[in-house]
Amino acid sequence: MSGSTPRTLYDKIFDSHVVERLADGTCVLYIDRHLVHEVTSPQAFEGLRMAGRKVRRPDATIAVADHNIATTDRKSGIKEEDSRIQVETLERNVAEFGVPYFPVLDARQGIVHIIGPEQGISLPGMTIVCGDSHTSTHGAMGALAFGIGTSEVEHVLATQTLLQKKSLNMLVQVEGALPFGTSAKDLVLAIIGQIGTGGGTGHVIEFAGEAIRGLDMAGRLTVCNMSIEAGARAGLIAPDDTTFDWIKGRPYAPKGEAFEQAVAYWRTLPSDAGAHYDKVVTIDAAKIAPMVTWGTNPEAVLPITASVPDPSAVADEAARAQMQRMVEYMGLTPGQKLEDLKVDVVFIGSCTNGRIEDIRAAANVVRGRKVASGVRAMVVPGSGIVKQQAEEEGLDRVLTEAGFEWREPGCSMCLGMNPDKLTPGQRCASTSNRNFEGRQGPGGRTHLLSPTMAAAAAISGHLADVRQFG
Amino acid sequence: MEPFTVLTAPAAPLPLANVDTDKIIPARFLKTIKRSGLGVHLFDTLRYDREGKERPDFVLNQEPYRGAQILIAHENFGCGSSREHAPWALLDFGIRCVIAPDFADIFHNNCFKNGILPVRLPRAVCDQLMEDAKMGGNARLTVDLARQVVVRPSGEEIPFQIDPFRKHLLLNGLDDIGQTMQHAPQIDAYEQARGRDQAWLPGISAG
Repeated sequence: MSGSTPRTLYDKIFDSHVVERLADGTCVLYIDRHLVHEVTSPQAFEGLRMAGRKVRRPDATIAVADHNIATTDRKSGIKEEDSRIQVETLERNVAEFGVPYFPVLDARQGIVHIIGPEQGISLPGMTIVCGDSHTSTHGAMGALAFGIGTSEVEHVLATQTLLQKKSLNMLVQVEGALPFGTSAKDLVLAIIGQIGTGGGTGHVIEFAGEAIRGLDMAGRLTVCNMSIEAGARAGLIAPDDTTFDWIKGRPYAPKGEAFEQAVAYWRTLPSDAGAHYDKVVTIDAAKIAPMVTWGTNPEAVLPITASVPDPSAVADEAARAQMQRMVEYMGLTPGQKLEDLKVDVVFIGSCTNGRIEDIRAAANVVRGRKVASGVRAMVVPGSGIVKQQAEEEGLDRVLTEAGFEWREPGCSMCLGMNPDKLTPGQRCASTSNRNFEGRQGPGGRTHLLSPTMAAAAAISGHLADVRQFG
Repeated sequence: MEPFTVLTAPAAPLPLANVDTDKIIPARFLKTIKRSGLGVHLFDTLRYDREGKERPDFVLNQEPYRGAQILIAHENFGCGSSREHAPWALLDFGIRCVIAPDFADIFHNNCFKNGILPVRLPRAVCDQLMEDAKMGGNARLTVDLARQVVVRPSGEEIPFQIDPFRKHLLLNGLDDIGQTMQHAPQIDAYEQARGRDQAWLPGISAG
């Protein structure tokens, strides 16, 4: 590529990974890192086995079990037979194909999107894939990271490449600074509320601007995590000193002289001045309030001070019917204040908000207070390392003394594949990423919010404005 | 993978936008290590009540749609998770073609890997096809991939666009991996060059 054409961060990473461009524009794209988990990989390994193929680059691959495993004491193994079979199948497959694996009882085990960055496996400028849509998370490192299906998992295992066409470039420019009481989660929920669940379809979103630069890595990971909720397969943020400082010293990051060489390369990655974006959206961070979803897709989101919307005020018939269904499923009354909604369960965790910074923020709200009676509140750290760190800081005691359950790492109640599920009709304040019908258990009602807002809900017994918790 | 050529079959109307992958196949059914057998759980919460009995008002519980091989829906079909269990469940039920105004990117991709043809047509056309699909036993549509047309019961032909490379793979039932393996020398060369340029990058071992 000529140096004279200004390119975006996405253009640069994509271009540098093109092995070959086919006649119709489809590219054979090289993949630097492949993260594998138990749910979307068994059929891929089976495909390799049947075709007599090997894993091309075990040293670019890491496997971990996260979706299925219990978040209670696991020394006695997994009780549910189908979950146990899936984890055992992963263990057999990684042994047979020689893929590096963090076992369930290893401190490095955790949610795949937490451990990639945490271990220094996910680095700037890389292409990173995983059979999970929240792979977009790793884009916060300044990498091109996206979710793939199981057929593509098999394709990457066999060839270390994917057949890809380039997506369009979208810029979400967030000006100003986030106000008191708000965080990266409120920001990304506000962005999705503005552009919609299909707003990023066909695009890769670059998040930029003062508010993004001001986020710590945990916040950036939260924002990129939910790019997929706006329809974008990937979201990314230009790497800067915040990124490099955070990476330095992590187990799989380059060390010493190699680290300096890496940083020199990483500094060439940010978008050039004048680079072209197919779509640009500007957001004023100063106007963002603590957000909470009221419906069953993430764009159905409002500031905590708002009320449940009224479907009868919607002109379009299909949109009205959809809003009506959401209001009914969520057990709401139009006009009801969101702050009046009583919660049964509070879930703090997931690849969106299961990092040490999230747990610290929640513990700061909880300190010296008690979980409201009748509320079940749980904290599920994103990884064994996060859990250890929190325990060293005494955060587990702050939370358990208040009445929270302190659990083992995993995906847990974000998607209810393990025993952590809502029962029908239960209302949950959740720091996860999807509020789809039945996502956290059949009939369960999910309100997405930030870790501090979740903590405020646990203490109040209803959705609450964290700005009132001094 | 089974090739997709010409399909003439009953089409089921599902006039919903943002049909997410949790709706297509809830996470609790993902604990399988096989690709088959998921059809019975397709649209589980829409299709069955809490006791597991069929909801008679859901389209796939009605004749002739129990035998539907085409599904027509509204915007952003397949949003959410990357789970390929979603197209596997559709395929296992018998659906070979989904027609909608647009699709979520990952789902769209996953369809092609499983011999399912996703057809993008404008909302107004989808609504028209849904009306066609409501003609009971006469609700058969034809989807001709080679000619890139959907044929209405009236005989009217509606053209659609498709990526030529994907069309070629689908028409011939070709495996992507086999295609890519033909580029193995280029992959080797790329890998060697990258190894030199980024010698600072350590490999992974779980040690």
